[in-house]
Amino acid sequence: MEEALLLARVQFGLNIAFHILFPSVTIGLAWVLVYLRLRYEVTRDAAWLETYRLWVKVFALTFAMGVVTGVVMSFQFGTNWPGYMNKVGNVAGPLLAYEVLTAFFLEATFLGVMLFGMNRVPGWMHVTCAVIVAFGTTVSAFWILALNSWMQTPAGYTIENGALIAGSWWEVIFNPSFPYRFVHMLLASGITAAFLVAGLSAWRLLKAPDDAAARGTLRFGAQLAAVLVPLQILSGDLHGLNTLEHQPAKIAAVEALWETQKGAPLVLFAIPDDDKRLNRFAVEVPRGAALVLTHRIDGELKGIDAFKDHPQVAPVFFAFRLMVGMGVLMLILSWFGSLVLRSRTPRWLLWAFAGFTFSGWIAVLAGWLVTEIGRQPWLVTGILRTADAVGDAGGAKLGASLTAYIGTYAVLLLAYMVTLTHMARK
Amino acid sequence: MNAELLPLIFAALMGIAILAYVVLDGYDLGVGMLMAGAERAEQDLMVASIGPFWDANETWLVLGIGLLLAAFPAAHGVVLGALYLPVAAMLVGLMLRGVAFELRIKADGWQRELWNWLFWAGSTLASFAQGLMLGRYVTGFAPGFGYWLFAVVVGASLCGGYVLLGATWLILRTEGALQQKAIAWARWGLMWVALGVALVSLVTPLASETVRHKWFDFPQVLYLMLLPAATLAAGGWTWISLGKSDWKPFAGAVAIYVLAFAGLAYSLFPYVVMDRLTLWDAAAHPSALKFVLAGAAIVLPFILGYTVYVYRLFGGKTKAGVYDQK
Repeated sequence: MEEALLLARVQFGLNIAFHILFPSVTIGLAWVLVYLRLRYEVTRDAAWLETYRLWVKVFALTFAMGVVTGVVMSFQFGTNWPGYMNKVGNVAGPLLAYEVLTAFFLEATFLGVMLFGMNRVPGWMHVTCAVIVAFGTTVSAFWILALNSWMQTPAGYTIENGALIAGSWWEVIFNPSFPYRFVHMLLASGITAAFLVAGLSAWRLLKAPDDAAARGTLRFGAQLAAVLVPLQILSGDLHGLNTLEHQPAKIAAVEALWETQKGAPLVLFAIPDDDKRLNRFAVEVPRGAALVLTHRIDGELKGIDAFKDHPQVAPVFFAFRLMVGMGVLMLILSWFGSLVLRSRTPRWLLWAFAGFTFSGWIAVLAGWLVTEIGRQPWLVTGILRTADAVGDAGGAKLGASLTAYIGTYAVLLLAYMVTLTHMARK
Repeated sequence: MNAELLPLIFAALMGIAILAYVVLDGYDLGVGMLMAGAERAEQDLMVASIGPFWDANETWLVLGIGLLLAAFPAAHGVVLGALYLPVAAMLVGLMLRGVAFELRIKADGWQRELWNWLFWAGSTLASFAQGLMLGRYVTGFAPGFGYWLFAVVVGASLCGGYVLLGATWLILRTEGALQQKAIAWARWGLMWVALGVALVSLVTPLASETVRHKWFDFPQVLYLMLLPAATLAAGGWTWISLGKSDWKPFAGAVAIYVLAFAGLAYSLFPYVVMDRLTLWDAAAHPSALKFVLAGAAIVLPFILGYTVYVYRLFGGKTKAGVYDQK
């Protein structure tokens, strides 16, 4: 049972992590495409159209990866977590159904027109299709984030015969953490797309230094990131305060705060030891956490000791630092890069942006690890434990399918990344 | 809207979504399998013929599964848990072909050949796995070698069925030598389907007492025989119109699917898991059903509307070249 639970979690975690890579590109990139397409419509400069054509291909490939991995997700709710559907199916099912109905079809259908229909529809209609696809990706994120946030901070439900039913759909959807998580994810996607655009343009410029269009998109990506990253830091701070209010155990794990105390220090780095419940090699800023989270120097913060159910500290702690670290690096590169790019494009800067092509992915994955592991041992906070939701698929079945998934994902991910860089250099 | 009626409405909606999926993704999976028999230039044309549609086609599967999850959550776990390995195989197949579809366009040389091969292999694996799932599903996941063998036969039959759909789609969308090839493929597909449907229709009543009673109890057996008769007629009509009409073979193939689906739905009703869970046992709470129904009532007409729009927009014979290159 232990083993099956672990395998089920690893398999689902792997699938969802692999899936989120692609929507986190497409949500942002779809709006970038609207911008590029509009620029062509307004300026009639063929360079914009060329740029649009390149990026719509990147989008199509990424979208296809998102679709196929998303199909996997819709099956695994049932195959891996039957207890989840039994307990909260009346709430989770409709939200997922709404995603398919209101978003998935829009995206998939109008993407066809975006890709193949330029000579068949008038210009305004083609622009409209781009807007519809972008709108669809955002609506898709809306429903998924509503469901995920509801699992973090459930609201608007009543219990009937041991299963949950929605009392108020409004409260279910607009649950306490939803607005913060939704904004945080949209910005994350915008940043991921911005660094992808800048990064692939930098690859292109390393190969062909005179490509004016690539210089334009590099600058555009860098500037977009320079605007979005500070906004993301602000939204992350607000999101954190919201989490402190509704899921204090997650914050205790993020801060590696073992004991409830006033004026708690901010642990910059440490190696948290979950068995002995202490931090090794800690580097701390005295009273820092109290200041950041309560905005008072002697504010009280609850530690891990205050919670009967709490997540493992070490993975949450490290994932959070990875996310914030990436954020800081992205802030520096986007601001400094934007500044330098105003006058020149030195090769070392191209290498820096090329190296950061997929940096958004690292931050996104780290962020999701924080929020998902931080929710443990609950699958739905206070309502359903992860251990109670797992199916009875034996270890052998899980192991076999897990091996097949890992093999497939490794091939697909490699092919995706190689193809993108290849396209950029051609 | 009472609790008796809602599950019925959702069963109908789910049925429509799954039928739409089987027909729509069926033709593009079929085209994928037929890649093996085509020349290089023909392959490009075949892929171009499904290019604008395949993403949306696959979405019907997500809708079907989404409705199963939203409307019959208890069945979602039972069905997909029991179908664990075929589902995993299908998903791997769908992933490979979906990604190969995009990557083959961007690759050259041996890499292109590799993606072509993966597109074929993924299509075949997904089709076979879907048939396997169907075969396991109609027998209520009964254990034993015989039942698995039956599922394998259904898997092979569904491959034939998709080949028929794919070939008739190509007849509709292409011209010249490729169209002639597609006509020959369609004949093979049709024979394959006839064999498969006959075998499955014979074995299912033997394997399941419930199905036997539903079909052969007097007097409904008399008018129920209209269904196989109509299927036979649709098959014959498809055969005759091969080579004479561009659109009739595809329409005939779709008719075969609709009839086979009706027979299947009749066999299963009122179960959502054969002999175990009825629609009403597995249904979600009315509060959930009403919420989804409201959304579906508003959105589905739009989905149908723009699906028709896109098919009209990309109507006519497929031309070479992808992604509006010029």
